[in-house]
Amino acid sequence: MSSPPKNVPITILRGVPEEETYEETFDVPYREGMSVLDAVVWIRTNVDSSIAFRYSCVNANACKECMVAVDGKTEYACTARLSSDGNTVGPLTNKVLIRDLVTDIVPPKENLRTILAERGEG
Amino acid sequence: MIHLETHVLVVGAGGAGMYAAIAAARNGADVILADKSMIGRGGATIMAQMTTAAALGEEEPDSWEKHLDDTLDAGRGLCNEELSAILCEEAIDRIREMDDWKVGWARKDGKITGVMAPGHSVPRCVYVDFLNTGPAVAKCLRTQVARADSALRISGVAINDVVVDDGVAIGAVGWNLEDETPVTIAANAVVLAAGGLTRLYARNSASINMNGDAYAMALRAGAELMDMEFPQFFPIGHLAPRLVGMDPIMWDPFRYKLGGRLFNADGEEFLHRYGGEDADKYTTTRDIISYGITKENEAGRATDNGGVYLSFRHLSEKVLRDAFGPVIDKLANNGIDLMERDVEVSPIAHYHMGGIRVNGSMETCVPGLYAAGEAVGGANGANRLSGNAIPEAFVFGERAGRFAAEYARGRNRSWVADAAVGHVDQLNAMIGRQTDANGEKAALGGMWAELQRLMWEKVGVLRTGDKLTSALTRIRDMRTELESVAPADDNEFNLTLQDWYDLRSALLTAESVTLAAINRTESRGAHQREDFEQTDPGQTYNQRLRLDNDGSIVSDYLSVAGGAQ
Repeated sequence: MSSPPKNVPITILRGVPEEETYEETFDVPYREGMSVLDAVVWIRTNVDSSIAFRYSCVNANACKECMVAVDGKTEYACTARLSSDGNTVGPLTNKVLIRDLVTDIVPPKENLRTILAERGEG
Repeated sequence: MIHLETHVLVVGAGGAGMYAAIAAARNGADVILADKSMIGRGGATIMAQMTTAAALGEEEPDSWEKHLDDTLDAGRGLCNEELSAILCEEAIDRIREMDDWKVGWARKDGKITGVMAPGHSVPRCVYVDFLNTGPAVAKCLRTQVARADSALRISGVAINDVVVDDGVAIGAVGWNLEDETPVTIAANAVVLAAGGLTRLYARNSASINMNGDAYAMALRAGAELMDMEFPQFFPIGHLAPRLVGMDPIMWDPFRYKLGGRLFNADGEEFLHRYGGEDADKYTTTRDIISYGITKENEAGRATDNGGVYLSFRHLSEKVLRDAFGPVIDKLANNGIDLMERDVEVSPIAHYHMGGIRVNGSMETCVPGLYAAGEAVGGANGANRLSGNAIPEAFVFGERAGRFAAEYARGRNRSWVADAAVGHVDQLNAMIGRQTDANGEKAALGGMWAELQRLMWEKVGVLRTGDKLTSALTRIRDMRTELESVAPADDNEFNLTLQDWYDLRSALLTAESVTLAAINRTESRGAHQREDFEQTDPGQTYNQRLRLDNDGSIVSDYLSVAGGAQ
């Protein structure tokens, strides 16, 4: 028999570069073995869809898009296990913040704004 | 507003899109390759585990004609034989080209080695690594497309609509995710390479961005879809215990190499009840395994999480380690000791046989509009052979890029802003609507979850007319409800705006699948009706879908091209 579900607190660092960032804490139902990505997806589905987050391949560690800071440590959200005591999830600190958990990890040659700036159109 | 111009616009940068961009560029065209995710990171190709079918015949005698025979058999009479033949014949060229690009196909004694897969008569499924073929292939194509000087790669631009002027495709409208700026792209030819619809289902094996974009964009542009009732379910997707860092279809290579046994919750093998083969073999085709597992579930013989057990406990540790080495430890880190415990597996949505109707040049009925990869319908009929999806991405991608370049080259660009204005106004209205959101958070995540549950329960592995009809009613209501949902008021990386457009595509695609499934009153391949359990030879036809002027989907039937009627 599985034990009754318990909630764990996930704190997400949110905001955009030009404003002060803030912390928001969500209670997420904990399931043994779940990933940080599972928790963020649960929040987007059930509580607040407006959290900005980048991922593609869901849990296979194939796309490499979901890198974030988990309790200050750089990890792929899809393979980082959620702690049964909860975690704090923030954007990468060595990349330019776009919003919430999304940083600018797109190669400059593939970024439309950079492309336009180089053409003198930006 | 940002405006760009090019010869060929490729929408979607998975395997097919990247190959299309490479081919268009080397055939003399300027190319824009745009993806709402990152170039070569999203889509299905990167998720591929292992098998890539091509009749290379290096280890054992083989021919593309034999590969074609196997493909047609699996397709249960519905394959477009011209497309199937192109797929099988040119798979060889593309696999060899990828070899020249040093993708690293696995070799034995200098020969590219192939494994056996269900439904194939010859071991012909090549691979790079038994769990990482997709990432290796994606990386190789990313390198090649980066070397194509005339191809501009743009990550993070979501294309919403193809722009059509006087019945001809002339470009597209989308937006830049980073700052929510509308983008128009003038192009002489547009290639839709954003196929796949597995995200429509609660249980799926796909990237998040596989939500039917190509099908919905094609319909809205006036193109035709076919065989939409045939999403494929991968029979043994991982269900429990929670496994991270590995794709849910990862048990496939295990079964190729080691067989493995399937048991219901009562500990009985069951495939023989449904025309399959039990014991330590992997010969039963995907549709029969999916059917069998779902039937066992319905009969109350499901595991705790709603699946069946896959077991390798009859094998020794040595056999497991010899076959899978460090993967055994990776599983142990997930709490899965294969010597000690079974895992729970279930069918999951995996691939779509149906798609955009094209000719051998990958042209739709709309001049200037092409399709590539999983977006294309017809080559795999009612059921796809294991290993045919990756070559389909390469072969159809290459052709779409080549023929689009031929069409686009030398043609004067004729951007007609008036033809785009409706799409741009719609986008601006969505962006503007956010300011009226009254502080309420858009419940788009909840709508997504509802659609996925609905499709899984009512338009899934086993279908009935009643379930399908109730799904159709709800999908149509959801299309109406979506119209009044406002995205959140963020300008940077606004995922709720992306959710809104994703849902718009997903709901139109879901309606196409459901309507087509209602109309096909028989069971064939991946389309299994409990109220029509037999295959009806009288329904050996393809179903074609189009959008009517009033926005409703209309269907009719076509005789199978090149097939026996």
